Amino acid sequence: MSLTRRDTFGLALGAMALTVLPFRANASVDDLIAEFTGGADLADSGVDLTAPEIAENGNTVPISVDAPGASEILVLAAGNPTPAVATFAFGPLAGSRMASTRIRLAGTQEVIAVAKLEDGTFARAAKTVKVTIGGCGG
Amino acid sequence: MASGVKPRVKVPKSASAGEVVTLKTLISHPMESGQRKDKDGSLIPRSIINRFTCDFNGQNVIDVKMEPAISTNPYFEFEALVPEAGEFTFTWYDDDGSTYTDTKPIEIV
Amino acid sequence: MTRKAIALTALALLAAPLVVQAGGPDDDELVINGEIEITTKAPAPAFLSDVMDEVISGWHFRSDETQALEADDFDNPGMIFVDKAREQWDTVEGTEGKSCASCHGAPEDMAGVKATYPKWNDDAEEVRTLQMQVNDCRTERMGAEAWKYDGGDAINMVALLSAVSRGMPVNVAIDGPVQATWELGKELYYTRTGQLELSCANCHEQNYGNYIRADHLSQGQINGFPTYRLNNAALNGVHSRFKGCVRDTRAETYAPGSPEFIALELYVASRGNGLSVEGPSVRN
Repeated sequence: MSLTRRDTFGLALGAMALTVLPFRANASVDDLIAEFTGGADLADSGVDLTAPEIAENGNTVPISVDAPGASEILVLAAGNPTPAVATFAFGPLAGSRMASTRIRLAGTQEVIAVAKLEDGTFARAAKTVKVTIGGCGG
Repeated sequence: MASGVKPRVKVPKSASAGEVVTLKTLISHPMESGQRKDKDGSLIPRSIINRFTCDFNGQNVIDVKMEPAISTNPYFEFEALVPEAGEFTFTWYDDDGSTYTDTKPIEIV
Repeated sequence: MTRKAIALTALALLAAPLVVQAGGPDDDELVINGEIEITTKAPAPAFLSDVMDEVISGWHFRSDETQALEADDFDNPGMIFVDKAREQWDTVEGTEGKSCASCHGAPEDMAGVKATYPKWNDDAEEVRTLQMQVNDCRTERMGAEAWKYDGGDAINMVALLSAVSRGMPVNVAIDGPVQATWELGKELYYTRTGQLELSCANCHEQNYGNYIRADHLSQGQINGFPTYRLNNAALNGVHSRFKGCVRDTRAETYAPGSPEFIALELYVASRGNGLSVEGPSVRN
């Protein structure tokens, strides 16, 4: 097949876009999840993850997790040099199974929450956060 | 111990028995990730708060394992069930072995 | 899926966030702790009538998530440093055995002071920034060491003095004895610097609301200083921010505390006359 100039231009743009799409599966992420779940299946519902679609600065990205009935929630940032972010364990006086914090994201990537529910099952949620790079560093 | 570490917590002054209240905590800490390099190109060693706990009258509310991806000046917001009057205890555990503690009372009305 | 279709899909993905981010200040309203109403848009001072109708706090140019951090003092990381300054306020230092509180009472008694700085000091016959005045107290009244300009101690104290003035209108004098300094500041504001040949006005007067790469340009107002920046996770002083901007034009910069930055602070502060004192604010 021969490519016209326009096709080539389109492909180049496509390649640019692909580089900002979610990261490939990170082996270390799979390991961390397996360690948390013992290899159990992950349901697609049961945990909510709130994160901005676009973060103004990757140094301080607000996130929250909420999983009714969860005993623990694991948070991972798939594209960070070390993907682990935090593990929230809820005690007997937890008023809900919700927590908010602020995290560092090394670039545009997928943030993942895995909840361990009290019935012994696990749920997973993920959200892509685009991290912008400012024009003025200082 | 990282210098000048200062906690800041928000707890309502009062609640009704059995009420769920929202708690917010901030603490000043650089959370040095261990990923950064100094001007000479040498790796700056990791120095973070690696755990945060909140208890009420000796019973746990939340216990957080923290990694270097938690931002400088760590912030947490969560909810606690208040069965009776008493005191919240907030504890942050530093990599260097030091701990920072703050306490806040709450009344039942 | 053909290659062209893949490319087009990718193009659509690229285009989507650009549309979401379309420029200009937003219309949100800022009320801190549910009680301090902040004037974030105000009629422009008369001397700006040829260039803009309205002055707008930098708060309006930030994302909803960043904006929210400023609406509650327990979400605002800058307030940790206000707490530190409160302790400092009561700390006796120097040869005279005094603290700030010895003369000034509670920090809240200083409400409104921040709103009028920089201002003329009759005895010294100079324009003083708030940091200069704090240092004058330290060296002349307390017998203590001066703090480094824009250093942590100084910025924390300015943040405290700002916090107790929040909601009050910026009201910096521009005439009388300060006029010559104000004119110098104005000249600096419109002078292009560096290899990029950019003046303050090029970005913050002519292009606020537009994007410079991924940065949403504000009017460069300083009513919200000191500012807790997500970028360096610390409180930042006005002069340090000036320095960063001038450096970004690829110029040799003036130093924090220099006569040039004192003049520029006076001029830029006066461009925000009518906006509320807002610091410590939260920006990206």
